[in-house]
Amino acid sequence: MEAVLEFEKPIAELESKIRELKRLSDGGGVNVVDEVVRLEGKLEQLLRQTYKDLNPWQKTQVARHQRRPHFGDYLEGLFTDYTPLAGDRGFGDDQAILGGLARFRGEAVLVMGHEKGRDTETRLKHNFGMARPEGYRKAVRLMELADRFRLPLITLVDTAGAYPGVGAEERGQAEAIARSTEACLNLGVPLIACIVGEGGSGGAVALAAGNRVLMFEHAIYSVISPEGCASILWRSPDFAEVAATALKLTAQDLKRLKVIDDIVAEPLGGAHRDPAKAIDRLGTAIAGALDSLSGKSPETLRDERRRKFLAMGTAGVA
Amino acid sequence: MNWLKKGRAKLSTIFRRERPTSEEVKWDTCVNCGQMIYHKEMVAAQYVCPHCGHHHKMPPKERFAALFDGASYDAIGVPKQADDPLKFRDKKKYVDRIKASRVETGEQDAVTVAEGKIGGIPAVVAIQSFAFMGGSLGIAAGDAFVAGALRAVNEKSAFVMITSSGGARMQEGILSLMQMPRTTVAVQMLREARLPYIVVLTDPTTGGVTASYAMLGDVQISEPGALIGFAGPRVIESTVREQLPKGFQRAEYLLEHGMIDMIVHRHDLAAKLGGLLNLLMGGRRDDRPAQLALPSPAKGKRAAAN
Repeated sequence: MEAVLEFEKPIAELESKIRELKRLSDGGGVNVVDEVVRLEGKLEQLLRQTYKDLNPWQKTQVARHQRRPHFGDYLEGLFTDYTPLAGDRGFGDDQAILGGLARFRGEAVLVMGHEKGRDTETRLKHNFGMARPEGYRKAVRLMELADRFRLPLITLVDTAGAYPGVGAEERGQAEAIARSTEACLNLGVPLIACIVGEGGSGGAVALAAGNRVLMFEHAIYSVISPEGCASILWRSPDFAEVAATALKLTAQDLKRLKVIDDIVAEPLGGAHRDPAKAIDRLGTAIAGALDSLSGKSPETLRDERRRKFLAMGTAGVA
Repeated sequence: MNWLKKGRAKLSTIFRRERPTSEEVKWDTCVNCGQMIYHKEMVAAQYVCPHCGHHHKMPPKERFAALFDGASYDAIGVPKQADDPLKFRDKKKYVDRIKASRVETGEQDAVTVAEGKIGGIPAVVAIQSFAFMGGSLGIAAGDAFVAGALRAVNEKSAFVMITSSGGARMQEGILSLMQMPRTTVAVQMLREARLPYIVVLTDPTTGGVTASYAMLGDVQISEPGALIGFAGPRVIESTVREQLPKGFQRAEYLLEHGMIDMIVHRHDLAAKLGGLLNLLMGGRRDDRPAQLALPSPAKGKRAAAN
């Protein structure tokens, strides 16, 4: 299934036209080089135009794009010696949140994040990136481990939210999320949180109370999904587009509100068009963030993080 | 006989109507058993139905009076901030919703804070009121929580949080979500000051509130029958497409699943809190070393495996 977003249809048409022409010229019959070059120029212009002013609802769709890089892709592109760790030591291993020891540019770190899965099989395995209490309890365990061994922690946030299910409630979903957020705020090591796709509510915050919060240009981070907000406040999911705008969930809004620290630029046409470049850019941003925190004592790191979150909503809001 | 008593009550009502005051003739209906109750009687019973024991929502001022020793307390001021940081508008303007709630409840926002003594122990109590926009957690509620916790730390008082909320306040978007880590920092300040942080969950407490300060208490108390959970029952039902088990997400269910310490009837709450605070604050707090100090093993000698 090739996913084409509604607003990307003119782009997709142009892309398929270029592919078709290239195929023809490969056959050797016609020389269409000039035409291809012309169309590619046109495509770039169209992408630039479209992506310059994506509205919040369009960004929501880009953030959820199925070809957007996921946890596994970042792992492969940015980390070596990945050694996954599993289980919450109480009930099970939640595959919606993955994590383990690894090296980032040679330095030993702990990396952790949501994995949504890409096809039916992996989506089911990872529960679409919607974690249950075990996921958050595993996160707490790994954070405590990172803290004890003085390993910087890098989190990659990409979830629609924590899973709303009977079992999840039975095993204390709310408490698990609360403890995970608390564990972030307790860390004496740098925590770099990266909102790479969807930052969905408490299930995202639980991994994102970091010293530095980075966010991709077209990622979203919100208290509730636009659809959920529309159903509750407008009493109809048809108002999702309006709700997306009202919620101020884009990286640009969040930077203005001082909720995130830096925006990571995506390749032209979004991370899904050039995952390798997107992954590379995130790597550079993470390295910069880690550099900016190097040499700080555990107490300073903890204090600065707490001060930052204690001021949330009171600073820079006008 | 029962019917006779009821008949008599009705008669007396008729007589009383000849010189009624608005308080006297006001009736409440129990949402659980449907019985009619004099409003005055309801207030005297702390909004617990005298017939079936159902705990109804209780206005903050009356709760403060019921909890603090001698019904004596001082309100704690909360720094006021500009309303509506996102200029949010759904079917109505958010600013209009706030105004309406202020008029209706007489409160500034969902969380009100006061201090006094409970069982002789200095305590700050914060009460979240469902009547104010569903008790939703926005910046103002976060401010109140932080102000209360700071006051407790400064005065070496205990902090009691009485929750009731549908969750984060959507109209403040991401800034309401950020109140979750923000209030969590305030809880950590109480922990580090070794001051009791006691949570009393009342009906209903869900969403971002349970996923932050409402589940982080040193002791977790709930009122009987309170609905407590992360996701609301309707959301879960629509996700799993199955009927939810009986009593699901009620206080008794949470107690059974190890999520809370105890269920306390509202009439016993002040006494229970007083007892808990006396026990928690009764230790020789200042003599306790911050960390266990163990002698370090002598260098060069390996512990012999006997």
